[in-house]
Amino acid sequence: MVLTREFTKPFAALLFFWILLNGTLAPDTLLIGVVASFAIVWFLRESMSFLNEFRATPQAFIAAFKYTGYFLKELVKSNIALARVVLSPDLPINPGIVKVRTRLKSKMGRLLLANSITLTPGTLTVEIEGEYLYIHWVNIESDDIDAATESIVAGFEKYLEVIYG
Amino acid sequence: MGPLFDILGGLVLVAGTAFLLLGGLGLNRMPDVFNRIQAGTKATTLGTILTLTGIAMMHPDWALKLLLIGMFLLFSNPLSSQVLARAAERTHVHKTSRTRIDRFEQDHDQGEEA
Repeated sequence: MVLTREFTKPFAALLFFWILLNGTLAPDTLLIGVVASFAIVWFLRESMSFLNEFRATPQAFIAAFKYTGYFLKELVKSNIALARVVLSPDLPINPGIVKVRTRLKSKMGRLLLANSITLTPGTLTVEIEGEYLYIHWVNIESDDIDAATESIVAGFEKYLEVIYG
Repeated sequence: MGPLFDILGGLVLVAGTAFLLLGGLGLNRMPDVFNRIQAGTKATTLGTILTLTGIAMMHPDWALKLLLIGMFLLFSNPLSSQVLARAAERTHVHKTSRTRIDRFEQDHDQGEEA
């Protein structure tokens, strides 16, 4: 196999993760890490391409930083909202599955968007079909595709667009 | 670290377990599989992250590993929930009668008729 960037970047990322988890550079530990990282990238070489889609520009790093902050804020809000629902005697829910649209093109961007939606207040990604996402919403605010996109997707999309496109 | 960090860490840890408890309560109270997944995913993610943060404050030398575990959770937790939700939707698992709308079913039933 040719040692292309598509191969070496995920390999290096996995090996780095392994070294951090073990906290040692002992030869035997390192050897296991090299073999395991190589095997994983080899077996998944068709589907690892998304790791290369990060745009290493200063704007992307700033956006990644802001995205993390926004995400953590939403995660806390989502837990407080959930606590309120769960602790209410009458369980105030109004659930349904709505459809939203994303402008993101890259696989990694869409994956992160879907994950972020799942961890934010009352929404859960059920299915992705091309540019459309089906979202389970505990309290439906709007069934209109544009309004739902605005309130579910837009907040994350503006950062992810800069990072992954 | 000093006793101050032990106390702070303990408080954060307790907050984490409180969210985990709420998540468990949500699993019990929610009426159908989708709403249960919603309750489960959010509470376990924040609850576990807070628990890990609390431990990191008590044992700063473990912080890096705990951070890595937290990042792994942030990826794997929502992913597994989405796969469960997708499987449930595709196999037409029963939804609560309080469900207002199901765009997925509408779109895909139309496809079968055409």
